[in-house]
Amino acid sequence: MAEAIERFVPDGATVAMGLALEPLIPFAAGHEMTRQRRRDLELVGPISDALFDQLIGAGCVRRVTAAWVGNVSEGLGHCYRRACEHGIPRPLEVHDHSNFSISLALWAAAWNVPSLPTRALLGSDILRTNPGIESKDGLVHVDAVQPDVAIVHVQRADAMGRAHAWGPLGISEEAGLAAKRVIVSCEELVDASVTLSDPNRILLPETKVVGVVHEPGGAHPSPVQGYFRRDHAFYRHYAERSRSVEGFNAWLEEWVMGVSDRSSYMKRIDVDSIRIRHQRLAAPADFGDE
Amino acid sequence: MVAVASREIHDGDLVFVGMRLPVLAYAVARNSHAPTARGLFEVGLMRDQPAGGFLGTMGDPPNVAGALWATRMSNVMALMAQGEVDLGFIGGAEVDRFGNLNTSYVGDPRRPTVKLPGSGGGADIAILSRRWVTLISHERRRLVEKVAFITSPGHGDGSPGWRKRNGLLGGGPVAVITTLAVLRFPEEGGEVCVATVHPGHTVDEVLENTGWDLKVSRDVSETSAPTEAELAAIRRFDPDGFWTRSSVTKG
Repeated sequence: MAEAIERFVPDGATVAMGLALEPLIPFAAGHEMTRQRRRDLELVGPISDALFDQLIGAGCVRRVTAAWVGNVSEGLGHCYRRACEHGIPRPLEVHDHSNFSISLALWAAAWNVPSLPTRALLGSDILRTNPGIESKDGLVHVDAVQPDVAIVHVQRADAMGRAHAWGPLGISEEAGLAAKRVIVSCEELVDASVTLSDPNRILLPETKVVGVVHEPGGAHPSPVQGYFRRDHAFYRHYAERSRSVEGFNAWLEEWVMGVSDRSSYMKRIDVDSIRIRHQRLAAPADFGDE
Repeated sequence: MVAVASREIHDGDLVFVGMRLPVLAYAVARNSHAPTARGLFEVGLMRDQPAGGFLGTMGDPPNVAGALWATRMSNVMALMAQGEVDLGFIGGAEVDRFGNLNTSYVGDPRRPTVKLPGSGGGADIAILSRRWVTLISHERRRLVEKVAFITSPGHGDGSPGWRKRNGLLGGGPVAVITTLAVLRFPEEGGEVCVATVHPGHTVDEVLENTGWDLKVSRDVSETSAPTEAELAAIRRFDPDGFWTRSSVTKG
């Protein structure tokens, strides 16, 4: 992970993450950016369950382009609030979206058009605060948003970057197609014979993928269908600790800055309490051709 | 609050469920009076049966197992953009007399007193679903004369036909369900009015905790207490009271 972030996420980059909404959030990638002290990032995503809050609190972020930033089961994002209200640790620019409009902004970039029209956001003040969304001729036009890099965590991938993700996908596809590059982190690194046995399940074209990181537990505390439940207690603990600047900084030291990598982090988690044990296998699909 | 919210779901409805308390309201409805309702989740899911286990978010594994459809968000939004969603739920930090919701900024957006999390799917539901309901804690600072920022438009300035004139697809908010009462809008939109007051509370208490001169329906009555079936469903889907005990503070 350290190498992937070093090579593909420079200071000032526009980074899309948390694209499947609550599941499959690439926390390990975000923590690595924090350890490498990235600055002036623009974060792009739909709802960002605590990951954006952490990067904002760590001072890595210049702008957020998102529909919602907070902690889904606990409420407000305390670092997000401090940055917007008091400029702590630094001022933050916010480009407000709805879930639908951030999806459209990414589809516009994916399709290489300047904007896409929608009926969503008519009558909303989001039109007043986001310079990239305007109302014209009875429709709302959402300007394209192109990430430099999209980072997705998936259940399994091969070394060529073919990622199998399952469960709800949120805006992962449009973000990956819109981005100039994609980094994949995965629970399991598998042989190409596994991914290519089911090409419908491949999330994005391999031509977009510049890095594959085998990072078990890389989405913790978010859930990974078939692997891990959501660690609700961890989110609650984070919400409590991040209420004050001092509490957040101590949390960051304990869980990010003072941790060398994801495998050391996972040694401190009670993995047995969140591991999914019972399989629920899909029926195989027959790709027979002769 | 959850039992009352669940009653807004009619049998056969396609419900845009969203996050938090509505997840529980959907489970309660489905297990009492609305056995053929379907739920949509913006994460990219459609379900009939509520999830078998506790949900902290709509994306938790029990909500995916047994789903009718697991897909991308824009596909779910396509159904709503076609007017196929009968009912949506939206939480809010501030609501005004015309049902406009603020989940973005308290104070000047350029220098807010409070930065709230944002729209999520709220603005989309408010504009595109056929009807919707707000769940909110009943406090003067939350039920305000005029919201500082309209994240999710209700009936706008309250004038007749405001939504249609501005091109908004759905019919807008039908009710505001609070911790004290159920407030309802007239069928044609406009200004909200006290319809029922929850057991143990009074009309005066409702008025005192509202930031404008709230209208009271001529035939105001008491909100029906939760039925045995509703309570049983709440206990089943929220066994530790994660949502029902602290629902007020999680708004």
